[in-house]
Amino acid sequence: MRNIFLFIRRYRTFFTFLILQGVALWFLFSYNKYHRAKFLGVANEITGRINTQYNKVEDYFTLKEENRRIHRLNDSLLNLLPRNFGVRDTIVQMVRDSVSVDTMGTYRRYYSRPAVVVYNTINSQKNYIQLNRGSSQGIRDNMAVVNSDGSVVGVVVNVSPNFSQAMSLLHVQNKVNASLKRSGDMGTIEWDGVNPQYLQLKGIPKSIDIKKGDTVLTSPYSFNFPPGYLVGTVAEIVNDKSTNFYVLKIKTGTNFYSLHQVHVLANTDYDEQTRLNKETKRRIEENKRHRSE
Amino acid sequence: MSEAVKNIFRFILFILLQVYVLNKVPHLHRFITPYLYFLFIIWLPFSVSRQWLMLIGFITGLTLDYFIMTPGLHAAACTLIAYVRPFLINILTPKDSSEFNYREPSPAAMRWAPYAVYVFVLTSLHHTYLVLLEWMSFGTFTGFIIKVIATTAISLLLIFTIELLFPRKLKFKTNVA
Repeated sequence: MRNIFLFIRRYRTFFTFLILQGVALWFLFSYNKYHRAKFLGVANEITGRINTQYNKVEDYFTLKEENRRIHRLNDSLLNLLPRNFGVRDTIVQMVRDSVSVDTMGTYRRYYSRPAVVVYNTINSQKNYIQLNRGSSQGIRDNMAVVNSDGSVVGVVVNVSPNFSQAMSLLHVQNKVNASLKRSGDMGTIEWDGVNPQYLQLKGIPKSIDIKKGDTVLTSPYSFNFPPGYLVGTVAEIVNDKSTNFYVLKIKTGTNFYSLHQVHVLANTDYDEQTRLNKETKRRIEENKRHRSE
Repeated sequence: MSEAVKNIFRFILFILLQVYVLNKVPHLHRFITPYLYFLFIIWLPFSVSRQWLMLIGFITGLTLDYFIMTPGLHAAACTLIAYVRPFLINILTPKDSSEFNYREPSPAAMRWAPYAVYVFVLTSLHHTYLVLLEWMSFGTFTGFIIKVIATTAISLLLIFTIELLFPRKLKFKTNVA
């Protein structure tokens, strides 16, 4: 026993080294898997404060670009106003109900919250975005993040009380459902980690006619993203000879270099949808097991 | 200014420089980040004990990690160079302590050639380990090799530029406190 203590004492530097390495690697691998960092709550609050201070200065440099984007979005929203639409029949009056749940059977499925990007990188293969809104402001995991011009930015993966971290589309583990606007075919958006201006759309069968410049939108089947938000445009069609699917190079709709004001979109049905999905999978698995027995 | 206060300032300065300047500037190449923050560990005084050295290294790395959301990545690399540092210093500095009375590693304290070797070994070790850990989860082998060489070259360039631009004032250990 004494010898063991002597041994530990003698090599205590080496043991300290091993322990610290172990802790560091544990942090790293658990984060890569679940995007849950140890002590992130505290760290996120601190880095968030500092990033906010820095952001106050940096804001001025992106104001012009930001202004242009917001102006364009406002313009598209103006076009949606009810007063733009006339009704020819003078007997019937068109009324637009603004109550979130109405008797007509429509209800509000998505709602948006504004947020500001306080830290963002594009030079890594795993890029995260820090936003200045957190769980106290109603941000939850898996909410969608779109840019001020309505193009997709990423998905929230981690929240602390006042700040949240979103996984950017520029992240090699990111997978977003998308569809082609023209034909409506679904695919998955991924990033190969090479060029921050181009994403990849996979799973589009070769039978479909695709042209350069086709628009790619978020798919109606996505749980986090409302349908119809811009992901990007087709920049190059790569004919992968080994499969029956195209690999499409997509020019991102978002300019990730100049992210500033973003919207965080929440799906009110998200919990129910994912729960149902999980439940279905579980039930199928159970059936299989019963049958094999 | 006391040694501890000076090093705390240095720590804050290096982390801020890394997070807000070097990680933000448009890069020469997309994935080649200029790293400089570990110069803090290279510059720590000789008198820091080995355990403390590693703990400081770990904290330095982890602080940077929480800023750029890679918890553990830089912490692991920093702990490694903090562990190796005393061995290198033992090899590269004169054995006779009467001739050797500087407080921290610098070109003046160690002479240019040994200092360059010291910096080169620690930098390449840091980058190799860092890129290796990144590569384990994603990437190709050629990408790994190119990235190690390129980031090391850029870091060395930055470090030597800094050494030439801001020569640190020589501080001697004295008997008078």
